[in-house]
Amino acid sequence: MKWLKSNVFVPVLAFVFVMFFWATAFAASDEIRIGVIGPMKFIQGKSQWNGAVMAAEEINAKGGVKVGSKMMKIKLIQADSNEFLSITDATNAMERLITRDKVHFVVGGFRTEAVFAMQDIACQNKVIFIGCGAASDELCNRVAKYYDQYKYFFRGTPFNSTALVKAAFSHVGSTAEVLRNELGITGPIKVAFVAEKAQWADAMVPAVQATLPKMGMELVGVWRPSPVATDVSAELSAIQRSGAQIIFTFFSSSVGIPFARQANELKIPAMQVGINVEAQKAEFWQATRGQGNYVITSSTYARNVECNELTKPFVEAYIKRFGEVPTYTTGTYESIKMSLVDTIEMIGTLDPDKIVATLENRVYKTPPSTIMYVKDNLGRHTHDLKFGPGYATGIASQWQDGEFVGVWPNKWKPAPGVEVTFKGVKPIKIPPWMIKAYKK
Amino acid sequence: MSIILDIIVMGLIKGSIYALLAISFSLIFGVARIVNIAHTAFYMVAAYCIYTVTNYMGWSAVPAMFVAVILSVILGMVIYKVFLNPIREHEGAVLIATMAIAMVFQEVMTLFFSGSFLSVPNLIDGYFIIFGVKVFYQQLLTLCAAALVMVILMIFLFKTKLGLALRSTAQDREVANLMGINESKVAMITMGIAIGLAGFAGAIVVPLEILEPHMWATPLVMMMAVVVLGGLGSLKGSFVGAYIMGFTEAMVVFLSPQGAFLKISVALLIMIIVLLIRPEGLFGVYFEEER
Repeated sequence: MKWLKSNVFVPVLAFVFVMFFWATAFAASDEIRIGVIGPMKFIQGKSQWNGAVMAAEEINAKGGVKVGSKMMKIKLIQADSNEFLSITDATNAMERLITRDKVHFVVGGFRTEAVFAMQDIACQNKVIFIGCGAASDELCNRVAKYYDQYKYFFRGTPFNSTALVKAAFSHVGSTAEVLRNELGITGPIKVAFVAEKAQWADAMVPAVQATLPKMGMELVGVWRPSPVATDVSAELSAIQRSGAQIIFTFFSSSVGIPFARQANELKIPAMQVGINVEAQKAEFWQATRGQGNYVITSSTYARNVECNELTKPFVEAYIKRFGEVPTYTTGTYESIKMSLVDTIEMIGTLDPDKIVATLENRVYKTPPSTIMYVKDNLGRHTHDLKFGPGYATGIASQWQDGEFVGVWPNKWKPAPGVEVTFKGVKPIKIPPWMIKAYKK
Repeated sequence: MSIILDIIVMGLIKGSIYALLAISFSLIFGVARIVNIAHTAFYMVAAYCIYTVTNYMGWSAVPAMFVAVILSVILGMVIYKVFLNPIREHEGAVLIATMAIAMVFQEVMTLFFSGSFLSVPNLIDGYFIIFGVKVFYQQLLTLCAAALVMVILMIFLFKTKLGLALRSTAQDREVANLMGINESKVAMITMGIAIGLAGFAGAIVVPLEILEPHMWATPLVMMMAVVVLGGLGSLKGSFVGAYIMGFTEAMVVFLSPQGAFLKISVALLIMIIVLLIRPEGLFGVYFEEER
């Protein structure tokens, strides 16, 4: 251990430290570092990364971001949160982004439980974190309740669980109308509610029990399979016996695939409508070997459906770049380009407090919607998205013979005198075996 | 009445799926005393083989199944020879090694196929209706395959010389060795047969499920529960245990739809209750006798 005591060791160590900090400081002056955190081995994380890459490429191609008088390039840093399997991995990834990579901003996160932990770390370090995956209302309730602590968190995508539920009921209502018109069903439409056993879906059971009768529908049963169930043929057998005409689904996990596949293979005479996160992905068709046909799910994008003038150029550019229709976790694109970069250019600084103060008051268009951050009943900032016509509504899409087709909003009447139809939506298709069963 | 029919039909089907997996696990434990935690990982490997062969090479499902079974057997035997045989006498080490092998398979599958959910084609498409219950032909195939595997294994074990060697080794390894049976070779052959059956189970069962790199974990829990319930190392016990688990699951789904997610937990609870009453399992030997 003589070398430890030698005269050379200390200067070498000091030199290494100086070089390290100098390199960090040099990098900091040159570029805006944005961490993209998500489950990168899974499609949700890959889409988050793809969205971010597209945003960075577009911004850098224009010369970068104008921060005051200086042009700064975007540098993305990927962090695999592995959050489906380990929350600890997710928090470590966020810590690493902030302490080692010294990112200015973070976008991403998917699983609610992990995003809560990530939110804590980012906010403690005063790093703006735009969530692009988790829907829990509580993420933004925290902002309202403890503003000084959590003001650095913004919701990017999707809109919150409460709004997701509202939208899902609208999709069920529209489907029921189609069934009544096309199959001549006169009595109350029978609905089976199938929700994975997960916390986010628990509150849905009383909501469904209370709301469906008001919508002129009858709830014939509630089934709660495991989120990771791989065989649901027993549940489907019971659902068929219940006489359900609509299966109102609430799936965020893998169970959405076997459920859709087996329901179609068994030709259950009922429409599947609701939330099926797996069905939002391009891989769904292959994963179900084409048996996901006629499944309707809430979604953000479908080819040729235009929420506003920005939608189509984005979707087409994304398809050209990555060969598939974007999913909602590509919201990293607008989070970087429209939320962060536009705000930075407006105020000419990277100061997080100034960015927060400006961003929370902005109203701006993004490819899937117009963003406005709402305040709660007490007038406190929540940094949550405004849901409703003219703002974020999402769309509903149906798998029709291998194509993911937008089917809602189509003459949606959210309020008296208001009717919303997005350009490019098509009519809902009823499975032929259901038509056969009801038109005997 | 309709619920009872549902439970009978679905219980038989689920039971057959578990039986297919548990019989081969029980065989390797009975003969070689190897608790192969990687057993369902081989089932996963077979499933991914079928996916690769059908999707990328354009083969149909039946030849893909043969390729998958053969590749699984080769892989299983190589792993046995290289990793397990040298540590076979140390049961704890074998347990950990097979667990590590399963994790390696999982990570390799994640590397090549990512975490995406995939499907493989049915060997037979379509369904039929029995007592008003829709049943996939693939499920019927599983039921028949479980029965067939059981019959073939029984004939093999009780009517062939190799079967006799396997049973002798299972009863007493040292005496079998003294009688001129190459115990190590018998263990390797048993490993090959067991992995082949796991691959076969993968080929038959996986079209009913979805492929993903963690797909080996849940069947492993159920399979071990079946084997423990039936009695460690008892083929008959595994067969009966599988159907008990299958019927329990079906009963939970049909009698308590809102508690459908509890089906595995309830099945495991039944196992615990049986073990409290009969610690050796339904058809197992007393531990004291075994020692």
